[in-house]
Amino acid sequence: MAPIPNEDLVSREDVIHIARLARLDVTEEELDRFASQLGAILGHAADVAALDTVGIPPTAHPLPLVNVLRDDLPGVSVDRDEVLSEAPAAEDGRFRVPRILGDAP
Amino acid sequence: MRDRDTAIDIARDVRAGARRARDVVDEHLAVIAGREPELHAFNLVLADQARARADDIDRRVAAGEDPGPLAGVPVALKDNLCTRGIPTTASSRILDGWRPPYDATVVSRLHDAGAVVVGKTNLDEFAMGSSTENSAFGPTRNPHDPSRVPGGSSGGSAAAVAAGFAPLALGSDTGGSIRQPAALCGVVGVKPTYGLVSRYGLVAFASSLDQVGPLAATVADAALALEVIAGHDPADSTSIPRAAPSLVETLDGGVEGLRIGVLRELTDGIDADVAGRLAAAVAALEAAGAKVDEASVPAATLALSAYYLIAPAEASSNLARYDGVRYGLRIDGDDIAAMYGATRAAGFGAEVKRRIMLGTYALSAGYYDAYYGQAQRARTLIIRDFAAAYESYDLLLSPTTPTTAFELGAKTADPLTMYLSDVCTIPSNLAGHPAVSVPYGAGDDGLPVGVQLLAPALGEATMFRAAAALERSLA
Amino acid sequence: MSEHRSVAAGVTTGWETVIGLEVHTELATATKLFCACRNAFGDEPNTNICPVCLGLPGSLPVLNRQSVELAMRVGLALHCRVEPSIFHRKNYFYPDMPKDFQVSQYDQPINVGGWLDLPDGSRVGVTRAHMEEDTGKSTHVGGDGGRIHGADHSLVDYNRAGVPLVEIVSEPDIRSAEQAKAYVNELRAILVAIGASDARMEEGSLRIDANISMRRVGAAELGTRAEIKNLNSVRSLGRAVDYEVRRQTDRLETGEAIVQETRHWNEDEGRTSSMRSKEEAFDYRYFPEPDLVPLAPSDDWQAAVRAALPALPAERRAALAVAAGVAAGDPSLATVVQQGLDDRVVAAVAEGADGRLALNRAANELPNRAVPDARAFAAVLKMEAGGRLTATQAKVVLAELVVSGADPADIAKANGFEALDADVLVAAVDAAITRHPGEWARYAGGDAKLAGFFVGKVMAATKGKADGRSVTAILRKRAAG
Ligand SMILES: [Mg+2]
Ligand SMILES: [Zn+2]
Repeated sequence: MAPIPNEDLVSREDVIHIARLARLDVTEEELDRFASQLGAILGHAADVAALDTVGIPPTAHPLPLVNVLRDDLPGVSVDRDEVLSEAPAAEDGRFRVPRILGDAP
Repeated sequence: MRDRDTAIDIARDVRAGARRARDVVDEHLAVIAGREPELHAFNLVLADQARARADDIDRRVAAGEDPGPLAGVPVALKDNLCTRGIPTTASSRILDGWRPPYDATVVSRLHDAGAVVVGKTNLDEFAMGSSTENSAFGPTRNPHDPSRVPGGSSGGSAAAVAAGFAPLALGSDTGGSIRQPAALCGVVGVKPTYGLVSRYGLVAFASSLDQVGPLAATVADAALALEVIAGHDPADSTSIPRAAPSLVETLDGGVEGLRIGVLRELTDGIDADVAGRLAAAVAALEAAGAKVDEASVPAATLALSAYYLIAPAEASSNLARYDGVRYGLRIDGDDIAAMYGATRAAGFGAEVKRRIMLGTYALSAGYYDAYYGQAQRARTLIIRDFAAAYESYDLLLSPTTPTTAFELGAKTADPLTMYLSDVCTIPSNLAGHPAVSVPYGAGDDGLPVGVQLLAPALGEATMFRAAAALERSLA
Repeated sequence: MSEHRSVAAGVTTGWETVIGLEVHTELATATKLFCACRNAFGDEPNTNICPVCLGLPGSLPVLNRQSVELAMRVGLALHCRVEPSIFHRKNYFYPDMPKDFQVSQYDQPINVGGWLDLPDGSRVGVTRAHMEEDTGKSTHVGGDGGRIHGADHSLVDYNRAGVPLVEIVSEPDIRSAEQAKAYVNELRAILVAIGASDARMEEGSLRIDANISMRRVGAAELGTRAEIKNLNSVRSLGRAVDYEVRRQTDRLETGEAIVQETRHWNEDEGRTSSMRSKEEAFDYRYFPEPDLVPLAPSDDWQAAVRAALPALPAERRAALAVAAGVAAGDPSLATVVQQGLDDRVVAAVAEGADGRLALNRAANELPNRAVPDARAFAAVLKMEAGGRLTATQAKVVLAELVVSGADPADIAKANGFEALDADVLVAAVDAAITRHPGEWARYAGGDAKLAGFFVGKVMAATKGKADGRSVTAILRKRAAG
């Protein structure tokens, strides 16, 4: 399999898209820097990307545990004031946030 | 560096009433006061709390109680372990000042064992890095040569133990973050089997790779600390449902008859200093009765690439919650999206942003299969190759790092060069296996060198026996 | 074109409506999905919160066993296969989601491949019923009537964050607003019957999203769909479907394409509107949740859950139809089963009551929950069938029986509901005939409507004790000479 080319692997447009998904404001300078650095790192990962993995299952977990469950018994909640005192803004027992522009997806 | 008490000595004396915990703590606080300004191992020194806690332990001893196996032992905690009411920052501006409403499970266990927390140690922001230069609060310096890095990301914990600030420290290891700084600072560092130590209360970096483990001046102290913090925790679904192993009592078992393989894939391209010390370690193990030859885990060559897809992918999701809504930094914006973007841009440092971007990319539509999916399959191959090797060997051996401690700033310009510092330690994280870095003398440059012993899952007892044998061979 | 009359009026001849529903239901557990906080509606804001459901750094989820059990109940009641499953993270930023990802099942859900039979005999396929966590709730301040648009800021309460949900996804098998409503009603009945959820739409413990598209009658492919959100009642669902069918048909008739998008139902305006701009990228970056391990309920566990399931509404309707001797699609069956009175009807029939009469009286006269014991119920029905009580009297006796539980015969006596002697009745009818000769002549001449006039007169004369059917019989006899 051909390795993925190193140069121009990640475009400025890709970086803009990814930064929006990650909710990270980026400067013009960062756009270029991330494009080249991400390209370099992903180019280095070409060995993994090009690996023949037919029939190889993915490993999400290093442990073979299954069915880890807890009983449905109520415990102690944390103190609201203690938690709200850490909030950047609170009002009326709730966390205050700037206006939300759209419904949840 | 002066000769120091071990955790085992301190706990024995404090429990016996032969020494006051308060004196132990004061002595260590004095050492901290002497060198901390130069080294910056800590984000926060908890002098008052430590003294109060020591007094409490002394009262309990006087009342005939046993405060536990770490009675009066000063411990330094990596600042990504949650401590109730005490700032926990992960060395990030985004968490600056945050006080968790709960203790990490390992912190509770240390407390229940009588340990005294003396401070929260510096790290690369969110444990992302190999030099502790990525801290929002400035770098930590290597006690052996302050012009050099202590390694990372648990650089503060490694430096604290190396400088005698505390005989024990806890760190976290996602790709080598305990072992690599332990090697560079000349202390023992243990990455336990994934699931042996609870992650509850460890600020997550990459959930399927993170493990908490001890750093100590001696193998026995590291073994004792691991006994205290290990064992099933119902608050962590990935915690192995079994009791902590007993490690200290079998430390002197020796390596007679053990089959140890030197990992070919992890010895390519290492510095001569490191290679020399590895050869000495091989000779010592053979002299102690082990059978040592060359072993191969071919897929280990894929580990670095796979790691730099998997870890950032998980991190990109784990770090989404730092959004300015519930805790930590907020930079106000006209609407919620503006607030998110500004807060995260201001709150995260360059390396964290780079990894969030990388991980978001690796998971995004159209790239998941090529990157994250492939990396998970590479992980399967690595696990299979390790399993094959462990059919012939009880333990594997490698250098911990390809080089000794480097100068501050030497690798900050090029992320890939920095990533290569973890090439020897990453395979164990991907496999979920335990590994320990044992200090094994110094190179020609006078800087510490660590060798790494690797074991199959839950192979800690054998691993510690071999580590102790190596340590004895230097005595 | 001739087959489409009056497009503007919404006549949809020639088009077929295709609907698939996604129903989110909160499970009736004591605690949340991944933490020990109480799963409760209506508590003070942010009082049921902890490090886990607030997504605090370092916290980790542990799955609630009872939520798995209830999810399995839902799946098994919907004839799904229970399969080994895993949780994924669905990544997107929203302030009511504390971790900025939702833990949800993605390509390996717990329940797959079932169906739901509706009272009208139709069957709707169930694609999957998977587990996920609920979000918190935002209150919008400073805008118009608490709406998100125009608000100045919002306040977030995380009490609901992490409450266990099952999302039940139907196949696109639903063809009308009526069927969609019947599907939701039936699903709610099942969820309540199996104890999985209280399914209260007004408290948000059951929420509906509808995927609606149109296609030419006979077409094999599905049309482009719109997903409708914010349907807070079964009635809204029906109205929204009707609105969308008109909107989409109008567009299609005039050659405009349907945009695949999410639309918001506005209850006050009675219309749907597009929810967001199309440029906004949505890429959820699903990946396996590394903080949880796979779920693989054992055969034994599944068998135990299945064995503990109560009889489901469809089975109960079928059994009731047989017991009452009525056709399977009879609408009273659904009413009686919904009110949980089917066992009373079956028992009354066993006591000798008439099936049809028992079904009708149970459907219409017995308020929910206050059910008489079957023997007393049967006694009233037998008195009515035997002519000892009129229909009106029987209803009065039933109503009192429900309240007092007294002996039906005593209730009848106390109300003076004693059947008139045949002689007395005949005399009363004859008296009415004599008193109204004109009306009688018309009745006798064939104007059957006047029977009601005479029944009324006799009823008045006997203070309601007369049985209308008996009066009519006497009238006929007299008219025949
Ligand atoms: Mg969903
Ligand atoms: Zn909670």
